[in-house]
Amino acid sequence: MRRTAHLIKTSVSVAALIGCLGMTTPITASAADAAAIEKGKKVAFDRKKGNCLACHQIEGGSLAGNIGPPLVAMKARFPDYDKMKAQIADARVNNPNTIMIPFGPHKVLSAEEIELVSQFIYTL
Amino acid sequence: MNKIANVLTVACLVVASFATQATPEQDLKEFREHYYKKFPNVPKNDFINGVYAVDPASREQWEAFEEFPSYEIFVDKGEELFNKPFANGKGFADCFPNYKKGIRQNYPYFDTKSGKVVTLEGAINKCLKDNGEKPYKWKTGNIAYVSAYLAYLSRGNKLNIKIPDDPGAMAAYNRGKKHFYAKRGQLNIACADCHFYYPGSKIRADILSPALGHPTGFPVYRNKWAGASAKGDGMGTLHRRYGGCNKQVRAKPFKAQSDEYRALEYFHTYMSNDMEVNGPSQRK
Ligand code: HEC
Ligand code: HEC
Repeated sequence: MRRTAHLIKTSVSVAALIGCLGMTTPITASAADAAAIEKGKKVAFDRKKGNCLACHQIEGGSLAGNIGPPLVAMKARFPDYDKMKAQIADARVNNPNTIMIPFGPHKVLSAEEIELVSQFIYTL
Repeated sequence: MNKIANVLTVACLVVASFATQATPEQDLKEFREHYYKKFPNVPKNDFINGVYAVDPASREQWEAFEEFPSYEIFVDKGEELFNKPFANGKGFADCFPNYKKGIRQNYPYFDTKSGKVVTLEGAINKCLKDNGEKPYKWKTGNIAYVSAYLAYLSRGNKLNIKIPDDPGAMAAYNRGKKHFYAKRGQLNIACADCHFYYPGSKIRADILSPALGHPTGFPVYRNKWAGASAKGDGMGTLHRRYGGCNKQVRAKPFKAQSDEYRALEYFHTYMSNDMEVNGPSQRK
């Protein structure tokens, strides 16, 4: 999943990327990707892990909060996967006073978990 | 983006007010205006009602609860305890001569002699100790009942917290202010994040209450504190709630009535000056 995104990013324009990824991702995702995405979803929804639903509406999750923006159309908002992943790892990079948890530096999620969550979020 | 800009602006204001050592009066003015702007349709004295001031959906059910409140029997228990003579023949009334007129509005205050912030709960236990009685446990049970009784007698009185011209008082005030705005815990979230920047927003299914008016309603009866898993009867003090909110962000809570929480209560209550005491209250 991650590698696919990188490849496309370097070969097509941003505008084309948005349209193209939106249509093709579900079809091109391999079995391994699908398993990673499923794992990422679990980490994201687990109250003791990401607990992203505390603040964000995410498709497939219930009782979501609304402190942060709904996580939709992620590829349009983050043409660059790494930028989105950096936001998830440490939101203070973009907003020093953010309420969002510094998941990486505060070791709330491991590097692997951040990668899995990011892959899941990028499908939204 | 706008929201982010707003948050940043407010953050800068907060930092600026630290830098220039704003007076408590200036802090209070800014603090309030922030909420009045955020909730232009909430009548000013309605902030004493916690989350129900900003969440019309749950308000009706809450008002129904307040008709036959679960805390009533605990106010009665508090009255009984208050009137039970001590072994030395004296009683609480000797420590709190004005209790019938209501005294809740004057706590916490800064005692220039001891250099400490005195909370109502602290004064209740000091009264017991000074009279050779065993003090109560801090967060639940008898302390919450007596505090609830004294709050009940003070309903409608306006909070009147003073910061005397004393370096110790200013130090306590600033310590409390710092606690309120500082990020803490593994989750790195400040009291202010939840109750200053985002009141009215939902965190999971809970709507966040404004910090303005928080202390007026304490102690509270919480359904959550009455469940079998809480092993309690529902009643709890303000410091119990502080501990719970610290734990939510995976911070180690301070002890109830520690210097830290008394300082926090001093700042937190000062911010609600002139608002009516309406404790005890009913909460989810
Ligand atoms: C305590 C609240 C909170 C939690 C928990 C939280 N976020 Fe956020 N998130 C925010 C806020 C608020 C913003 C808006 C930007 C800001 O204020 O920093 C945001 C922004 C984002 C953005 C950028 C969205 C955009 O379009 O700009 C992403 C992506 C994101 N969060 C993902 C996550 C993921 C994934 C998790 C869980 C692993 C998570 N967040 C948990 C509050 C939170
Ligand atoms: C992660 C979010 C979060 C943080 C951080 C947080 N709280 Fe809370 N707090 C809540 C929620 C949720 C409730 C229950 C709903 C409500 O009344 O706001 C609550 C309730 C309260 C109440 C009870 C209000 C009432 O009317 O019954 C008080 C008082 C309070 N918080 C104070 C604090 C203080 C002081 C801090 C910092 C030490 C703090 N909170 C930090 C989420 C938070």
